[in-house]
Amino acid sequence: MVNRIVTGAHYGLRDWLAQRVTAVVMALFTLSVGVYLLLQPAFGYDSWTELFSGNVMRSLSLLFLLSLFYHAWVGVRDIVMDYVKPHGVRLSIHVLVILALVLYTIWSVQILWGL
Amino acid sequence: MNKKKRPKHLALHQIQLPLPAFVSILHRISGAVLFLALPLLLLLFDQSLRSIETYTNLAENLAHPLLKIGVLGLIWAFLHHFCAGLRHLAIDLHLLPTLAAARSTSKLVLGLSLALTAAFGVKIW
Repeated sequence: MVNRIVTGAHYGLRDWLAQRVTAVVMALFTLSVGVYLLLQPAFGYDSWTELFSGNVMRSLSLLFLLSLFYHAWVGVRDIVMDYVKPHGVRLSIHVLVILALVLYTIWSVQILWGL
Repeated sequence: MNKKKRPKHLALHQIQLPLPAFVSILHRISGAVLFLALPLLLLLFDQSLRSIETYTNLAENLAHPLLKIGVLGLIWAFLHHFCAGLRHLAIDLHLLPTLAAARSTSKLVLGLSLALTAAFGVKIW
């Protein structure tokens, strides 16, 4: 009998790989932005908003945040699978985390495009 | 079938978490902290971009010493998670095949993230 449960990890390579791909995307983005900010002679509201004024930077920032949210989902799910055993509780936490991350995604678009 | 009952002698005061395991559990804890802080971080990002008023307001609020400590804690969580994550990627690429390499890079991750946190601390104080 195949013992698969709905709140499991889906037993594949996909999430393992996704965790690493999203990590590399985030590392490259944070290093680039970090170095850029360090090279700024003066930092203030103007240079900060200037940085996020173009569509390219807004899109890259959204890509970073989407990577972050997917990465967070895999990480939180692993933690929950390790420490929360009852399936009902586990499923409830999973659903809440997914809903929160989807809301964060909508919020991120609103922040970046100033809606 | 009779399962043999074996005595357990777990001397908990003698068992020590090896350094790589310590880095690993901190990777998990810092990740959980960062996830829980996400709504706050998005709010800060939102306020910093929305208008010059919200930006100045935010800067004034973050000048409070207690909040500075909180921000510094999050900076440490990020830096540790970042460095430990890079170490993880190096392990995946078989770049750290020996126990000695695993131990020395664990020390490096702990030290580097603490040193960078201290540097940020100096900068925001």
